[in-house]
Amino acid sequence: MSESEKILSVNNIEVIYDHVILVLRGISLEVPRGKIVAILGANGAGKTTTLKAISNLLRAERGDVTKGNIVFEDEEIQDSTPSALVRKGCIQVMEGRHCFEHLTVEENLMTGAYTRRDGSSKIKEHLELVYDYFPRLRERRSSLAGYTSGGEQQMCAIGRALMSRPKMILLDEPSMGLAPQLVEEIFGIVKQLNENEGVSFLLAEQNTNIALRFANYGYILESGRVVMDGEAGMLSENEDVKEFYLGVGGEGRRSFRDVKHYKRRKRWLT
Amino acid sequence: MELLHSIFIGPFADMFSDLSFLIQVLWEGFVQGTLYALIALGFVLIFKASGVFNFAQGIMVVFAVLALVGLYEAGVPAWLALILTIGIMGLLAIGIERVVLRPLVNQHDAILLMATIGLARFLSGAGQFIFGGENKAMITEELGLPTGSSEAEIFGGVVFFEHLDIAAVIIAGLLVAALAVFFSKTRIGRALRAVADDHQAALSVGISLNQIWAIVWFAAGIVALVTGIMWGARSDVSFALEIIALKALAVLIIGGFTSIPGAIIAGIIVGLVEKLFEIYWGSLLGGGVEAWFAYIVALIFLLFRPQGLFGEKIIERV
Repeated sequence: MSESEKILSVNNIEVIYDHVILVLRGISLEVPRGKIVAILGANGAGKTTTLKAISNLLRAERGDVTKGNIVFEDEEIQDSTPSALVRKGCIQVMEGRHCFEHLTVEENLMTGAYTRRDGSSKIKEHLELVYDYFPRLRERRSSLAGYTSGGEQQMCAIGRALMSRPKMILLDEPSMGLAPQLVEEIFGIVKQLNENEGVSFLLAEQNTNIALRFANYGYILESGRVVMDGEAGMLSENEDVKEFYLGVGGEGRRSFRDVKHYKRRKRWLT
Repeated sequence: MELLHSIFIGPFADMFSDLSFLIQVLWEGFVQGTLYALIALGFVLIFKASGVFNFAQGIMVVFAVLALVGLYEAGVPAWLALILTIGIMGLLAIGIERVVLRPLVNQHDAILLMATIGLARFLSGAGQFIFGGENKAMITEELGLPTGSSEAEIFGGVVFFEHLDIAAVIIAGLLVAALAVFFSKTRIGRALRAVADDHQAALSVGISLNQIWAIVWFAAGIVALVTGIMWGARSDVSFALEIIALKALAVLIIGGFTSIPGAIIAGIIVGLVEKLFEIYWGSLLGGGVEAWFAYIVALIFLLFRPQGLFGEKIIERV
């Protein structure tokens, strides 16, 4: 992949929390411009930490990138600040939505434009654009975000990030706690944003099934390492991914004893 | 029987037998209350943005007026001294953010609280070192604040309204209105509220906490300066103000730590109640009630309504 085609590359980073806890042990990944890349894995695999390392939110939790580097738009960003990065065009939507509960939906969206300096008329225009993507938010624009439903909050969080005019959104677990229909709707909008607005996405998901349907490429993390990566189509056909992440056994039902046996024997080799 | 009479009947009989005196007492209490409200406002601003009870707010009031009077005494014209003092409060805010808050980010709340106590001691020492420890007279007239008083005939008696008190109430009102507009209408104000709601999320959308903290401490510094001027004009500029400022703690418990309207209303309630109690019931307890009565009211609130009158609504979706 040539330099200009990739918007983000993470090169062999190591993350340590509180000076002692090693969470990421040499992660490398790349996001091509205008694509959706998924990071998959179970709880504690390091998906969120990877995203926070990129967005520089890690330092607020006493985490630190101790090795490797992160390059966004041909600039090293691992020693930057979240606000500088948002200005550069990379913003994170945190896990669990994190809307400002005591602000209205519209005020929430407007906080997303905090770093913008291109005048209020441009921002107003952009606000309408966000409402076009999320018509539900337009209906709820004046209610407090804390009183809206989980799906609306997720939309509000994504819309808020959009208000910063990002080139890239780091989307952490958008499906968390939402009904399957809503998850489908939100992923649909993500796809539209990707295609119409050219926003690149790096998304962390536990819901492997839906993530692989919408993403172009995927990385699978296990205890702080990338154990497998490939085109989304290839991953969803892979026997091991089917077995461990998609919950479909290759050869029909198996007894638990066999599963354990199989797992013990299995070693990831990439 | 006599005791019951002097608690439940006597004072009310007194109140209604001399209505103009009652009005006078209420007015005094109201003015006192607005000043409490202003002090509490400084605390609320900082509490909302950084989640810490700022023990240094009281000394910031003293420091601000000492700087103002000190500059004037050094020969600076009053208006210039006022502007310079605002500048000093700005520098102080930036300094506090750099030296105290930034290194303590993400530490436990108690550590930040201790840091503000340390800051209070530092400011107190620095204030005495630079400006001296003796009481100073406020430069009321030089700042163009009115003096003298008007009297009005109400209910057949004479009620005095100090012009300074009227000015204090008006200025306090303007300051609160300005802050309210700032918070609800401006980009920075919205960011301040966002920070108060969720630090992490505020960081994630690119709001710089350092910048917001400096702004909040500066706003609290301005509020402190205004409070100090008003209070100093009513009495003297002295370090005793710091103790009075702690009464804001009672006000905050009653009004709720996170609510600006709460701080204002509770401030006025405290001012009125303690004045009434002092005048009409104080003699039962040998006087001096004003000094502690607010804390008793606060204790009662802690028992029955710990979030205060207007404490942050805890939003829970079911």
